[in-house]
Amino acid sequence: MTPHAVAALAGPVLDPIVDLRRMLALHFMVNAFRAGTVVAVLAAVVGWLMVLRRQSFAGHTLAVVSFPGAASAIWLGVSATAGYFAGSIAAALVIALVPRSVAGRPGGQESAVIGTVQAFALACGALFVSLYGGFLDSITGLLFGSFLGVSDSQVLTLGAVAVAVLAVLAVIGRPLLFATVDGAVAAARGVPTRALSVAFLLVLGCTAAEVSQVTGALLVFALLVMPAAAAQQVTARPVAGLVLAVGFGLAVVWVSLSVAFWSPWPVGFWVSTFGFALYVGAAGGRVAVARHRRTPVGGRRGAGERERGRALAPGVVGA
Amino acid sequence: MTTAAFFVLAHPFLESAFAAGTAIALASGLIGSVVVLRGQVFAGDALSHVAFTGALAALALGVDLRLGLYGGCLAFALLLAVLGRRTGADDTVIGSVFAWVLGLGALFLSLFTTSSSGTGGNGTAGVSVLFGSILGLTGGQALLDTAVALAVVAGMVAIGRPLLFASLDPAVAAARGVPVRALSTAFFVLLGLTAGVATQAVGALLLLGLLAAPAGAAQRMTARPFLALWLSAALAVGSMWAGLTIAYLAPLAPPSFGILGVATAVYLATFAWPALTRHRGAGSTRATPPATVSGSGGVIGAR
Repeated sequence: MTPHAVAALAGPVLDPIVDLRRMLALHFMVNAFRAGTVVAVLAAVVGWLMVLRRQSFAGHTLAVVSFPGAASAIWLGVSATAGYFAGSIAAALVIALVPRSVAGRPGGQESAVIGTVQAFALACGALFVSLYGGFLDSITGLLFGSFLGVSDSQVLTLGAVAVAVLAVLAVIGRPLLFATVDGAVAAARGVPTRALSVAFLLVLGCTAAEVSQVTGALLVFALLVMPAAAAQQVTARPVAGLVLAVGFGLAVVWVSLSVAFWSPWPVGFWVSTFGFALYVGAAGGRVAVARHRRTPVGGRRGAGERERGRALAPGVVGA
Repeated sequence: MTTAAFFVLAHPFLESAFAAGTAIALASGLIGSVVVLRGQVFAGDALSHVAFTGALAALALGVDLRLGLYGGCLAFALLLAVLGRRTGADDTVIGSVFAWVLGLGALFLSLFTTSSSGTGGNGTAGVSVLFGSILGLTGGQALLDTAVALAVVAGMVAIGRPLLFASLDPAVAAARGVPVRALSTAFFVLLGLTAGVATQAVGALLLLGLLAAPAGAAQRMTARPFLALWLSAALAVGSMWAGLTIAYLAPLAPPSFGILGVATAVYLATFAWPALTRHRGAGSTRATPPATVSGSGGVIGAR
């Protein structure tokens, strides 16, 4: 242990440079920051599309089912990483199999299937845990994450998967965006909307599996939904929104890790709290700006309307 | 099966598990039917996580677990009712709120497990809230759970028909003088109560399955909403009984797994059945899918 690392155990001195140096003298904190950065970027990009596509429920389910995947992998004695991915990808395929709108109402059956997949997968997780016997510490680890226990090789795996997922998104991004914003027109112009939807669920599954290794299965959702939702409150333009979401995600993860290092409370709590504060702030700011624009001179209102007209998906923000 | 039932009823803890389980399944099946009809399973998902946080907050503060459980669930249910009124139950808003609530749950879990780590056994509390412990219910707990669940059932019987009408076609229902908004609030309160009571039976993470699977299966079996309501309740009760029996016969499998395994298998069967029978006759398959759920709204209204 370096002198900085030893000093870190004593508590913060409230000098940012010194505190940062002390924190980063610990190798596990360096790895936490590396893994957190990879995960924040990936979750923000995929989450932005997820929020736009209104697939939060599917995203949450894919995140949660990585838990039984990991639990079964541990029970079988194979690597938990493989289990996380197997669980999420299998669930993504099951959800993709469900016919889009079974009844007259599109939401009903689909959400019932997603809910059943989630609950049954968690029940399987409970079964594997019971079969394996006595690893209660790991249960809370699997569910609530272990930001602080990421190894060097795990960081490498995370990075490789993130690059692969982002590359896939770069290829399918443009048609996927088209299919998301106006599915009917996209289908009429020959965009394979069904295949894109399956591909996106797989991307979402891989992302959820990856993020849950760091944040735990239950708190993946915070990183997927919050930075993206906050960014979409601010702007509806795709490029600006994606950049903003990534920025929000990075800020949330970095600040949370730093605060959690010096506080006795868990990282997951800080991540979700800062993320939620950001979202509430963005939503409040949007309401305040809208109110400000409505009241004064007519010229400003025109500018606002024009900007909204230029925006890609006015329904998302306007709703 | 009958000998198994005999053994099951020979044990007092199984008797209270069966009594409470039946009432809880009845309540979940009835309310779940409306949840699926309204496409609000995500709200149920959110409630299940709020149940976890509420229970752990109560444990961390040292008060009765059920106080936090019901308090959290009811407060969040009312929030959902208000949000639904203003923005149409936006899933991004629900998601952001419950992700934060879950973060609070993580905090309470860590506060609770570290505050009195010397006594031991605290680590299991979070796990039992998440995955339920119906076989561990004491007589008094089972009695309260049964009473709450039966109250939900009574509420659903009272408002079931107008609630189905208002859920299927709010605009027409409102035009015919049905109090759509009050019914929606009542629905969310009943859902909150169900979430609280079901958390103790199958756990916070799994109550979603008891809401979604029997209701989804019932709505694939019949297109008539009122019939689906009771079919869903029957399927939920059947899953509960079968699951508890499995749990008794195979002690290694947690009861929640048995219950949800049966419920999921039934739901899966409703997807597999039309696919299997399709080869034989084209006519028979037409009746099975719930083709015109929304179309039958007028039938209810005519009564």
